[in-house]
Amino acid sequence: MSGTFTKSMARNIFYGGTVFFALLFLALTFDSMQTIPKRDNHANLTPAVVAGKKVWETNNCIGCHTLMGEGAYFAPELGNVYKRRGPEFIKAWIQSQPTGAPGRRQMPNFHLTEQQLNDLVEFLKYSSEINTANWPPNIEG
Amino acid sequence: MQYSSQSVAKPYFIAAIGLFLGQVLFGLIMGLQYVIGDFLFPAIPFNVARMVHTNLLIVWLLFGFMGAAYYMIPEETETELYSPKLAIAMFWVFLVAGAATILGYLLVPYATLAHLTGNDILETMGREFLEQPLITKVGIVVVALVFLFNLTMTMLKGRKTSISLVLMMGLWGLAVFFLFSFYNPSNLVLDKYFWWWVVHLWVEGVWELILGSLLAFVLIKVTGVDREVIEKWLYVIITLTLVTGIIGTGHHYFWIGTPEYWQWWGSVFSALEPIPFFAMTVFAFNMVNRRRREHPNKAATLWALGTGVMSFLGAGVWGFLHTLAPVNYYTHGTQITAAHGHMAFYGAYAMVVLTIISYAMPILRGRAANSERSQVLEMWAFWLMTVAMVFITLFLTAAGILQVWLQRYSSTPIPFMAAQDQISIFYWLREGTGVMFLIGLLLYIVSFFVGGNEKAKAA
Repeated sequence: MSGTFTKSMARNIFYGGTVFFALLFLALTFDSMQTIPKRDNHANLTPAVVAGKKVWETNNCIGCHTLMGEGAYFAPELGNVYKRRGPEFIKAWIQSQPTGAPGRRQMPNFHLTEQQLNDLVEFLKYSSEINTANWPPNIEG
Repeated sequence: MQYSSQSVAKPYFIAAIGLFLGQVLFGLIMGLQYVIGDFLFPAIPFNVARMVHTNLLIVWLLFGFMGAAYYMIPEETETELYSPKLAIAMFWVFLVAGAATILGYLLVPYATLAHLTGNDILETMGREFLEQPLITKVGIVVVALVFLFNLTMTMLKGRKTSISLVLMMGLWGLAVFFLFSFYNPSNLVLDKYFWWWVVHLWVEGVWELILGSLLAFVLIKVTGVDREVIEKWLYVIITLTLVTGIIGTGHHYFWIGTPEYWQWWGSVFSALEPIPFFAMTVFAFNMVNRRRREHPNKAATLWALGTGVMSFLGAGVWGFLHTLAPVNYYTHGTQITAAHGHMAFYGAYAMVVLTIISYAMPILRGRAANSERSQVLEMWAFWLMTVAMVFITLFLTAAGILQVWLQRYSSTPIPFMAAQDQISIFYWLREGTGVMFLIGLLLYIVSFFVGGNEKAKAA
């Protein structure tokens, strides 16, 4: 760090390195945008799924659950819940909350309409069919 | 204080500490809900508490960064702030907007809040860390732009040092990448892909420029080491940061529907991400060892050294622990992630803000350093909070390892909630150390009121 290696050399390496790796990242992103359509299940991105995503977001589901492993770690992974539980169980479960069991973690009742429940289930079905490189390791999420 | 306009930093620092206390209190509520599931239900459901906990973290760090910038830029550029009035006005706008948002989370059902605040016009809410209502997000952009305008104008009329340049790059980057929070495509894969352009490119990108420049500034002041040497180190560290961290974004692109080559790019580059943090630790210790003066503010020096060590442990070591794709396959979205998140945010960002506050606040209050008694108390607070965070991290790591085994790795995987029941002992231990952290924080706050204005020697 002394002698011949000066601050302006360090600065130039910083700018050069940053620009190079930012451009590499953009190139990889560009390639990802070409490849993602083969994996993202967008063929099933129906209006019901879009509406379901909004139900998911406006009730802050991510505040307790994970979706493809991202979110909060308080409640089960839901990226594959459609495969684990099936549509009818999901709807009945949401409607029966909170359980009120003493000392147990409680999920609020979000007073979703039948339409919203169906949309949410469609969103979870669509999510479960995205190609996630075989994640999670098993059905428990 | 060399420039009177530096004093605008003071309310920013006070607000930061106040919101930090709020963050920790909500953390304790959530920690208890992990083991007593119906605690405060339905008044404060877990998702609301978590939103408050993480949003308060972001907001208090932003207050800290802004206060730091208002303090540092006049001194670095050797000129008064362009507009102190604007800085004070933005303080109140940001504080009121922040408080209103937190009250909104606590008092109104989230779906109603979304409806009332224009989420139907542009749907941006309900994504982790970006839960803020649209009007709050717009408010953040306005405050950030006015803040950046004020500082950029100051810089244009003054001396341009490397530290101030790096700080401004970090702050501009922060504002620019936040714009991705307005992009929320229906396609979940794209949503997640660009969500990380806010979250990752903040905390493992531009925020590290801010971190580096804050640390470099304080080290120049407390050690008296030549600026040329410190700024050279700063450039080396941030080069390592961005060279590893930008492509390192790929460690979030393993399992979200993105191409599988990211498992290689993400693993290799993020495995290198500890290097800049290690360099930062070496840097901090090196500079303090080569110090040319004995600065009376020993507490600030301790915080600076602590930032180096704890960011290396939290962001570097605990990040590396689960960043390789074959490991992450099992640990993704478990308590391992939570363990890393806690120590990394505390070690890197909370501690660097506390470092600059520790250095600047006595000067803002008209003395080079606090009294001996006050500093001893502050150092007690340092150790209590830091040791508590080490144990919080260790207990969450233990919980995470067991969770991975029970739920994902063993030959007979059990359901999520069944696994949670098995590991509750570690959540209890974490809650205990959380209380220790709170005691440390309360002592820290008390240290501001422990008197004496002796020791008002040269700054």
